[in-house]
Amino acid sequence: MDIPKEKLRWIYERMVMIRRFEDRVAQEFAAGKLPGFVHLYAGEEAIAVGVCAHLTDRDYITSTHRGHGHCIAKGVDVRSMMAELFGRSTGACKGKGGSMHIADVDKGMLGANGIVGGGPPLACGAGLMAKVKGTDQVAACFFGDGAAEQGTTHEAMNLAAIWKLPVIFVCENNLYAESTPWTYHCAASDIASRAAAYDMPGVLVDGTDVFAVYEAAGEAVARARRGEGPSLLECRGFRYYGHFQGDAVTYRTSEEEEECRRRDPIERFRQTVLSQGLLTEDELNAIDESVAREIEEAVRDAESSPMPSPAECLTDVYVDYPAAQLAFRH
Amino acid sequence: MAREITYRDALREALREEMYRDERVFLMGEDIGAYGGSYAVTRGFLQEFGPKRVRDTPIAELGIVGAGIGAAIGGLRPVVELMTINFSLLALDQIVNHAAKLHYMFNGQFTAPVVIRTAAGFGQLGATHSQTFEHWFAHVPGLRVVMPAVPKDAKGFLKSAIRGNDPVIFIEHSLIYRNRGEVPDDEDFLLPLEGAEVRREGTDVTIVSWSRGYYLALGAAEELAREGIECEVIDLRVLRPLDIDTVVRSVQKTNRLVVVEEGWRTLAMGAEIAAAVQEKAFDYLDAPIARVGSLEVPMPYARNLERLVVPNKDQVVEAVRQVLYQKQPVAVG
Repeated sequence: MDIPKEKLRWIYERMVMIRRFEDRVAQEFAAGKLPGFVHLYAGEEAIAVGVCAHLTDRDYITSTHRGHGHCIAKGVDVRSMMAELFGRSTGACKGKGGSMHIADVDKGMLGANGIVGGGPPLACGAGLMAKVKGTDQVAACFFGDGAAEQGTTHEAMNLAAIWKLPVIFVCENNLYAESTPWTYHCAASDIASRAAAYDMPGVLVDGTDVFAVYEAAGEAVARARRGEGPSLLECRGFRYYGHFQGDAVTYRTSEEEEECRRRDPIERFRQTVLSQGLLTEDELNAIDESVAREIEEAVRDAESSPMPSPAECLTDVYVDYPAAQLAFRH
Repeated sequence: MAREITYRDALREALREEMYRDERVFLMGEDIGAYGGSYAVTRGFLQEFGPKRVRDTPIAELGIVGAGIGAAIGGLRPVVELMTINFSLLALDQIVNHAAKLHYMFNGQFTAPVVIRTAAGFGQLGATHSQTFEHWFAHVPGLRVVMPAVPKDAKGFLKSAIRGNDPVIFIEHSLIYRNRGEVPDDEDFLLPLEGAEVRREGTDVTIVSWSRGYYLALGAAEELAREGIECEVIDLRVLRPLDIDTVVRSVQKTNRLVVVEEGWRTLAMGAEIAAAVQEKAFDYLDAPIARVGSLEVPMPYARNLERLVVPNKDQVVEAVRQVLYQKQPVAVG
């Protein structure tokens, strides 16, 4: 496959950024420095990066509760993300969103989403906007195998299909809906074949192979930009961590864990580019080092940033607040 | 200048004017295009504006509300019609967890100026099609909830909702679409989405209601006036933000309050109004606040049973007598 060298570097840098970010978040969480629920994306890097490699800041994505990887792949600044996780005023959402609700309007990132199946209808709306305005923008909709079973996902795929919306449905089948195996919750032998029900292309992709994801997503994005409508990609992969940090992962066997690690998307990428002479060991190592520095700085910045001011509690509930005497705030 | 038109025509005018004024405005909903809308509010719109701006949808409330929110984030001005408020339950997650929260959660980066039009009502439609859930939405910060009773409000509120920047739940009522009233001619006639209105002045008892309930309250007030009891009738109009101050001012004058709502009383608007009034005007109350609502059962289908369940004018009259200690207290609803 012919991928420009700069794009290859970008792909590697974003995948490593996701991995280091998530590993560091796991560490900070274990140390008791991070509150709440964190759902880590490590292991699935090839999916977000392989898809977002085809998108610009003007394109949209919708995300999931496991959204850090999508944010990073879409170009959201890791400092603002880390600060958001720490609940600081410098966070992407000033500390009012948290891990499950990071958004960045300038990057077309319509928000990590605390509701399983919350994103697909929103992606249709973004796609509808692009179609109505006649732009070539597209919306990529990431959702898990768990969300594949939500009615909202069906509604959205059907809407996108009947209106030929520029939406790319990206099912990240990481084999478990929280703790429930996908082989239990899914009646068919794959999710991609559901595309036939909506008369759209459906492709099953190895979600640990960024080249495979890149190729499949490239076709889906191009189709969407041509105005030919939506596609469904099922990217099958693994998450290294549990459903959330603190999950004892009692449902997965050690053989499965080993299989995960054997197919590590970052290692596979390294082997491919090195064996084909596309990038050098030094180039890759330099990226590793700069990513490590950036993550380190992000944590340091976040920890030293102020908490949001108490007054922030009451801001942005509405765009246009009503007259003061009324009981919005009582 | 003003003309007398129906509630339905007021809505139609508001939609048409805003669609001509702003090309970002479009309509989306089940059977709104070719069929003209279940309550004929959008009849003829498909022919007038075309399928891009009057978009028929599958029966998929969650999906279409979510798509409306996404389109609003992207800069359009969607007006999503949910055929009746009963079906809004299917869309609750997108309304409550998405429309109402995006602006706050994402620190003001996004606005979701989506208008969700829907209709309450009943009429031998049975248990799943005869409900009214305005207080469910009024519970949620981030939403504005309006429920106009008169054509003027229907038009002014809808135009303001479309031009505004926040998500609005706009609740109509199937039994008042033909009601007539004066509406200003001005194409820029807007009403702020806030504030109750005293529609009949009185000195003896305050009756608060909204939407169709307002007409029950007014009917009761007129009947009682014939025997010298003067009721002040307040049309609440907007349920979030709740204009409790207008109610309190009236209670300070009348010292007695009756709340009339169409649905079940438990944990509904009347409960909130009663709580807020006792917080702000406890010393002014000369009688316990009375609430008139429906019987707490799923709506039965048979005509005689439905009539027993839905509140009527006589019950409002009785409630007024009760707070005036003209009769023994009885459970109403």
